[in-house]
Amino acid sequence: MNGLVDSLLVVILLLNLFTLGTSRIRAVIQVVALQGILLGAMPLMIHDPCHLQTLLMAVGTAGLKGWVIPNMLSRAMRDLSIQREVEPLISLTKSLLLGAIGTALALAFARHLPLVEGHAAGLLVPASLSTVLTGLLILTTRIKAITQVLGCLIFENGVFIFGLMLIEALPFFVEIGVLLDLLVGVFVMGIIINHINREFSSVSTERLSSLKE
Amino acid sequence: MALAILLLPLILAGVALLVPSNRARPWLLPVAGVGHLSLVGAALGRLPLGSPTGWLVLDPLGGLVLALISVLFFLCSLYAVGYLRHREDRSNRVFCACLLVFLAMMSLVTWAHHWGLMWVAMEATTLASAPLIYFNRTARSLEATWKYLLICSVGIALALLGSFFLAYSSLHEGLPSSLLMEDLLRNAPKLSTPWLRAAFVLLLVGYGTKMGLAPMHSWKPDAYGESPGVAGALFSGGMTSCALLMVLRIYHVCHAAGEADVARQMMVFMGLVSMAVAAAFLIRQRDLKRMLAYSSGEHMGILVLGVGIGGPALYGALLHMVNNGLAKGVLFLSAGNIHRAYGGKSLDEVSGALRRLPLSGALFLAGFLAITGSPPFGPFLSEFTIAWAALGGGQFLAGGLFLALLFAVFVGMGATVLAATQGRPSEEALATSYRDGWLTGGPTLVMMAMVLMLGVHLPVFLRTLLLDAVRFLEARP
Repeated sequence: MNGLVDSLLVVILLLNLFTLGTSRIRAVIQVVALQGILLGAMPLMIHDPCHLQTLLMAVGTAGLKGWVIPNMLSRAMRDLSIQREVEPLISLTKSLLLGAIGTALALAFARHLPLVEGHAAGLLVPASLSTVLTGLLILTTRIKAITQVLGCLIFENGVFIFGLMLIEALPFFVEIGVLLDLLVGVFVMGIIINHINREFSSVSTERLSSLKE
Repeated sequence: MALAILLLPLILAGVALLVPSNRARPWLLPVAGVGHLSLVGAALGRLPLGSPTGWLVLDPLGGLVLALISVLFFLCSLYAVGYLRHREDRSNRVFCACLLVFLAMMSLVTWAHHWGLMWVAMEATTLASAPLIYFNRTARSLEATWKYLLICSVGIALALLGSFFLAYSSLHEGLPSSLLMEDLLRNAPKLSTPWLRAAFVLLLVGYGTKMGLAPMHSWKPDAYGESPGVAGALFSGGMTSCALLMVLRIYHVCHAAGEADVARQMMVFMGLVSMAVAAAFLIRQRDLKRMLAYSSGEHMGILVLGVGIGGPALYGALLHMVNNGLAKGVLFLSAGNIHRAYGGKSLDEVSGALRRLPLSGALFLAGFLAITGSPPFGPFLSEFTIAWAALGGGQFLAGGLFLALLFAVFVGMGATVLAATQGRPSEEALATSYRDGWLTGGPTLVMMAMVLMLGVHLPVFLRTLLLDAVRFLEARP
């Protein structure tokens, strides 16, 4: 059982590196969607799959993170005719390198964390930390507003992986609340991107610099 | 009771979306304000409310924040009616609805006793308030909204990770993992220390972003600077108090776990850094609303510092939260009036506000004196309590820096405020049609009177509530 979870987590780690290395936004959106679906599948493997709550959570996560939100972003790309390139602040090779170093550090660091027996051997904690780092990296080194939203989503995915260990602490309502907030957040950000596009005829946040001190 | 307090503004928000008249719609805000205020008044008489194992519990600490939000919202709602009358050129449908949802979500934060629910409510306040910043539909307000959304979302995501760490700290020790305040407080001495400390750091940084503590404050001057005065008043008095409540909640758990000293040291450090950064940006600040934003950052620093110093300073910090909320209300609302009258908010446009707007100009000046801690206003009393506790408790470095930074802020803000209020208004400013009215001047005047009253005589019920809140925080299971 745990072997399967760990292999999925390895896929997620590889997807993280892929998002750092790719130059096409559409690819990043697809990767985030795939990550969402994988995250949706994981509760079923860690917890009792026959339980209604686990089932609903899996469907809700996969549906929102894997389908609704990526679709919203793809539509925004199409409607606003956003250029396909990601426009990083540092070169893609460098961000890939930073991501690899971050992942290695996360793996090394997680070994020294005081973890519960069952979690110490698995990849849940390092995968969570590495995904959080990837999200932060994308957030800070990409100029376009839409890629910053994607960075936020990857960051949230990392937090979600950590949450997989705590299913009893997070009742169904809270899970749904978290997902709903995420959805509304992306929706509001989408509206703002739309306005940024109209105001500056570009979705690059580089133009958003009149409020500097 | 909890449901009534939450649902009233939400239902009225739905009504606001349906009302077709731009002129009638803002009146829903005072209706919500009166209803909310009376419900909160009834709830405060019967603390603590809610079943102790439930998710929605109103303890004295939450009650204090809820009371502040309710009073602030009621006065701001009256102002909003007057303000929106001057802005009939644009639709206020979204603005009114978002203000009401914002009120509901802030109330939910004060009731929530489950870390997951708290997180959901805090994130919802971010989302509901983002459209408030974008009310003016300018490029600058767009930039401010984007920064606000992004920085606060990241901060709040860190807070979610911190909440998970908190749950893990009980799982690690073989306890059932729970995010309920009651469970955490009861099991506090048994929680895993490394995870609890990590959770404290993440929650302080995460919710500190929402408070606007340096160095996570960068959204604040933009958001406050570009949003209407009424939104600024609710941000700086209401939302930041909610975020402080979250920091106090994790401090509460740390205190119960016997980890208060580590938490306190970190809070003293964060508080002083925030004050220093704010003071640096306050000196020679030419934009009135950005000046107020940095002042808000400074006062968030004072609040965290007060909690960090501990002892009597904890009482001082809670009192300061109330003082700061009301005084910031005065400043933001009168700055909003000045902005309307001059068509600008920088010293390039604004001068002689005392002549151009006798009431708002005077209130702005009085609000400045109050917020910088001049007697006889309320903030003097609370800042004095914090300084006294620091020096009396032997924390001379923190106390000395606190006083020095207060002085620097006074000088820095004073130069800007005096330049704006003294002198002669320009010809263009005299030509605009804006005058102080009952609705835009009255609520501000009432807030100022309350700030004065808090300095002269602390009402008995508020004193009891403050002492109850301190006792609640310091009690060990």
